[in-house]
Amino acid sequence: MHGLLMSTPAVAGIVAFVGVPFGYAVVLSFYNVRLGSPLAPTFFGLEQYRRLFTDPDLSGPFLRALLNNLTFAVVVVPLQTGLALALAILLNRKLKAIGLFRSLFFMPVVFPMTLVAVIWRLILARSDQGLLNSALHAVSFGNWGAFDWLGDAATAMASIIVLSVWQGVGFQMVILLAGLQQIPGELYEAAELDRASRRQQFRHVTLPGIRGTLVFVAMLTSVLSFRVFDQVYVLIHGGGLDEDATRTVMYQAVTTAFDQNNIGQASAITVVFFLIVVVLTLVQRRVVRPDNED
Amino acid sequence: MATTLAPHRRLRRLRRLADYTVLSILAFVFVLPVLYLLLGSLKPSDQVLSGLTGFLPTHLSFDNYAQVLDALNSDSTGYFWRFMGVSLLVAFVVVTGGLFVNSMAAYGMSRLKWRGREAVFTLVLLLMLVPFESVAVPLFYMFNDQRNTLYIQAVPFIANAFSIYQFHTFFRKIPPSIEEAARLDGAGPWRTFFAIIVPMSKPVFASVAILTFLTQWGSFLWPVLMVSDPSVRPLPLEMSVFQGQQPPDWGQILAFGVLLVLPVLVVFAFFQRWFVQGVASSAVKG
Repeated sequence: MHGLLMSTPAVAGIVAFVGVPFGYAVVLSFYNVRLGSPLAPTFFGLEQYRRLFTDPDLSGPFLRALLNNLTFAVVVVPLQTGLALALAILLNRKLKAIGLFRSLFFMPVVFPMTLVAVIWRLILARSDQGLLNSALHAVSFGNWGAFDWLGDAATAMASIIVLSVWQGVGFQMVILLAGLQQIPGELYEAAELDRASRRQQFRHVTLPGIRGTLVFVAMLTSVLSFRVFDQVYVLIHGGGLDEDATRTVMYQAVTTAFDQNNIGQASAITVVFFLIVVVLTLVQRRVVRPDNED
Repeated sequence: MATTLAPHRRLRRLRRLADYTVLSILAFVFVLPVLYLLLGSLKPSDQVLSGLTGFLPTHLSFDNYAQVLDALNSDSTGYFWRFMGVSLLVAFVVVTGGLFVNSMAAYGMSRLKWRGREAVFTLVLLLMLVPFESVAVPLFYMFNDQRNTLYIQAVPFIANAFSIYQFHTFFRKIPPSIEEAARLDGAGPWRTFFAIIVPMSKPVFASVAILTFLTQWGSFLWPVLMVSDPSVRPLPLEMSVFQGQQPPDWGQILAFGVLLVLPVLVVFAFFQRWFVQGVASSAVKG
């Protein structure tokens, strides 16, 4: 009985603040419920979902958010995983000051996303005094004019991607580095005796050795990439970021709940968000498991 | 042999040089934004957004820091030290409360046998899959009448399925002989846990604490939904409000940013090893 007693506070907390609200989200998504409305909630069936996906007036922003999120994920997952792998391989050496390099690449991970957004707001500022604009101006001998990186629909998402990768890549790097360090050194020595080139060592020793970790990192990154919210919210509110080109699913849920008080619809968005994450997580488990057991 | 070894060694030295070069270039690119932040926070505001000269370390002073504390010093704007205090207090409650209840639960589920244990642990693992984002809206609705309170910022985050999982993974590997010895000495499960298991599990406590602190310190989505009153506003939310001012005072905004990241950088500098280990081990085993 002691075990049950010990477990109760934490389990009760998780059930109360995760389990119950999660179930509640599903229920709310079947209702027309608004915050601060004098009308009682009415049962809505699947109407919220129908509106999200097919209503000509309402589905636009949501489908755009879904598409933006998908674009973000499709670019960020390979980019961030690949960069993290490159950094991890570079750092997996017995070089002097390697710890310093590791800390430098990891440092942005501890930066709150709200601050990261502000720093990059300056770097990407649209005036000719913006850091990137003036750098491009200098290297192009004045041929490059000022460009509104955050405000232009064509580059807004790319900007969000760059700052997100900068902030997050150290996290994936650390995980991959731990994976690399589990590859026995003898394998590399043997490969070197066989005069395997660096590229051959990478293909035949490194890649098979961290396949599981690599897949794990890719899936983790894809789940994280669907949760993107902070940087988009901060930069749209006062940073001049193009809203339509960068709204994400979570951004859409928050604005629907908070600005429009439409809890029913926001709950439906939440449920769709969760289904995406669950599918990704299940795929992750399926792909990673066989590798972990041997 | 000697004739083949010499060029080999030279090649190695060349490779090492190439490694350092690539690493240094990458590190430089990575550090640039941080450098820009630091320099900008020490420069007069009109010289921050000034092209490449924004990097020149001229006219450095701590004026911006003093001005931030001066600007955020009234009931209508809120008080800087209050934002800091709110963030520190919420993080402290979440970290210490979380270490206590989550480690205890993980011990109960990993080392003690009781009916329903497997079912409860499976429930925890399932709820671990639910990201906070997918309960934010219903929580916002459920606790709408508690907006702008301190406790609603902390309480929902104390119990944490992932922390339980991290503790569980660690406790599972403790040899049973330790508990048997404690039992022979007459210690019950509570004393065994608090007097023997906790002191020998410092690494996992450290990495859970640091990971929790880091997540909590940058927390933004929940405060956006739940806090509007400046008297209970945490730092990241104020960062968003402060950077939205018109016209922006860049020196002050960056000084605010440095003050926002400073506590977590200090933690990172001192406990880096635990941090990296915690992240890496939980993920590799995940």
